[in-house]
Amino acid sequence: MTNNEKHIKEPFMHITKRTDIKPYIAWLIRLIAIVAALIVSALVIVSITDYNPFEVYLKMIEGNFGSERKFFIMLQNTAMLLCVSLAVTPAFKMKFWNLGAEGQVLVGGLASAACMFYAKDSLPSWLLILIMLFASVLSGIIWGVLPAVFKAVWRTNESLFTLMMNYVAIQLVSFFIMVWVPNGSSVMGVINQKSENGWLPPVFGQKYGLNILIVAILTVVMYIYLHYSKQGYEISVVGESENTARYVGINVKKVIIRTMVISGAICGLTGFLLVSGTNHTVSKELAGGMGFTAIMVSWLAKFEPIMMIFTSMFIVFLQKGAGEIAMTLGLNESVSDILTGILIFFIIGSEFFINYKINFRSAQKEAE
Amino acid sequence: MVKTIFAFINAAIIQAIPLLYGATGEIITEKSGNLNLGIPGIMYMGGISGIIGGYLYEHSVANPSAILCVLIPLCASLLGSTFLALIYSFLTITLRVNQNVTGLALTTFGIGIGNFFGGSLLKFFGETGSISLIETGKAFKKSLPFAHKLGIIGDTFLSFGFLAYLAIIIAVVASIFLNKTRAGLNLRAVGENPATADAAGINVTKYKYLSTLIGGAIAGLGGLYFVMDYTGGAWTNNGFGDRGWLAVAIVIFAIWRPAMAILSSFLFGGLYILSIYIPGLSGSTKELINMLPYVVTILVLVIISMRKKRENQPPAHLGLSYFREER
Repeated sequence: MTNNEKHIKEPFMHITKRTDIKPYIAWLIRLIAIVAALIVSALVIVSITDYNPFEVYLKMIEGNFGSERKFFIMLQNTAMLLCVSLAVTPAFKMKFWNLGAEGQVLVGGLASAACMFYAKDSLPSWLLILIMLFASVLSGIIWGVLPAVFKAVWRTNESLFTLMMNYVAIQLVSFFIMVWVPNGSSVMGVINQKSENGWLPPVFGQKYGLNILIVAILTVVMYIYLHYSKQGYEISVVGESENTARYVGINVKKVIIRTMVISGAICGLTGFLLVSGTNHTVSKELAGGMGFTAIMVSWLAKFEPIMMIFTSMFIVFLQKGAGEIAMTLGLNESVSDILTGILIFFIIGSEFFINYKINFRSAQKEAE
Repeated sequence: MVKTIFAFINAAIIQAIPLLYGATGEIITEKSGNLNLGIPGIMYMGGISGIIGGYLYEHSVANPSAILCVLIPLCASLLGSTFLALIYSFLTITLRVNQNVTGLALTTFGIGIGNFFGGSLLKFFGETGSISLIETGKAFKKSLPFAHKLGIIGDTFLSFGFLAYLAIIIAVVASIFLNKTRAGLNLRAVGENPATADAAGINVTKYKYLSTLIGGAIAGLGGLYFVMDYTGGAWTNNGFGDRGWLAVAIVIFAIWRPAMAILSSFLFGGLYILSIYIPGLSGSTKELINMLPYVVTILVLVIISMRKKRENQPPAHLGLSYFREER
């Protein structure tokens, strides 16, 4: 018997899933990952600029909190990123990979811009704003629900479908700008510059006040929706296992389509806020990669709307901060993308140590 | 008229080559079940690594030799793109992290590196202006010596640098590898059902790693072709544009077959510049024509999912991590 056991070659280590990790240990692991990411980022910064990394991080803080204006721009950017993240979250919880938030935001913004462009000053501002909101949300829904219907009925790969829809949206925006701007320049100026018709009014004396307020309310609503509503529960069940969902009598197709209606609608809303509240114009770069960044924000926050406030702020902090560094050092501001990338690699890598346990050969013998 | 058509075909082929590299690389990667959405980033990385290698060489010697002008950027490019593919592989295969998130982060990272070094490289060396590697570009653009003697046919089909032909050769080899060899069969098995492949004694981890790394290296060559041959050794930030995503689209259009990818790349390359060659178009119509590649891809995606022909489906385990202990 003992002879036999000797012949069984035990692997040096094996991995098992762990389900019982304490929340504080999980957050500790994530914190370690963030610190490790900051150290690696610092090394990268030092190796390419020979600046003191602490100085660089101080500059980043200055870039975000240096003045009231900078602070509110940071808040506004966070709100927009958070809004897109809230949009993609219910779909991701359902394991529907909506990579098309970028396009859904764009068509939403395009619809708003179209309303402003064609209505000009013919309508009172409040009515125009309502029409814009409706048009944006509707376009976002159309852009989002199309892949969902095909996914639900024919199981068409949704990540590739939504990805392609982004570029259709980008070209659509280019098309309309070409139609609207007579001299063939591809840049659309600010719409209704004089009358400010269709512009969201300032709140608390802040231009972006309403944007921030709306997203704050939406965050709470989304939290309640995901955690305390029947529909939110159905989303989780479908995400865990479609077979289980079917077994307990959930109409999976209906849940997929309904969830993408919500996702598309919030993306459309973001487009509306960006056009009506922030830019007052539309361009191909309106969403500026937020559709993709939002996926990372949502993932980093473990699909928790409240946590997303922090993760989206963190990403915006990096971007704004890196922009400040780039400006002072005269470097290219893409350095923020590099830092964001490093950070995300570390944090998503750390998920492994939260979800799995590594058992070494020797450790196991001791346990026996 | 004839001249315009030939000029169009020539331009379409030039546009097709980076797409073909990206698509071939992504097909090999996806066949192992890894949906690498980092390909656009990897292609930027392949381009900028080549530029950095070429810059360091061209500026350190007085008379750069043509052979080294090709070899150094080529190796640098392969190293750079393989490194990014390694990050992706380690995170998704060993650490089993979500592939979509990793891929998108990789794209952000790769494009960031490309634009950062592209925008700051000269500054590090105390120079101003924009990067332009004349000697290296010339070496990469060197075409067959008799091409221009063959008249319009030679000018249209044979006037490319070696990387263009290499793209087609790699796609053909990949096609033969996937369909005719034991290792190719094993790779497809890993992508379809890793658990079964594992039970049959195939080393799933090894296959996934190798295919993702090799696929990444091939895709990176697309970026190298773009910066060296197409732009002649110059770098403009975001100059590569959305070609990386177009390469991902071609993978679908070619229904995961490298041989089909050759034809699809030429078609997409043609569509990419079609609007320039149709006379008398208004600016807005041009934008609508530029939408075609993506609309066509969506249609193909929808049609293959509706027809449900088994040989036309994506690899069954595409996008999912494999965890042996999970049943």
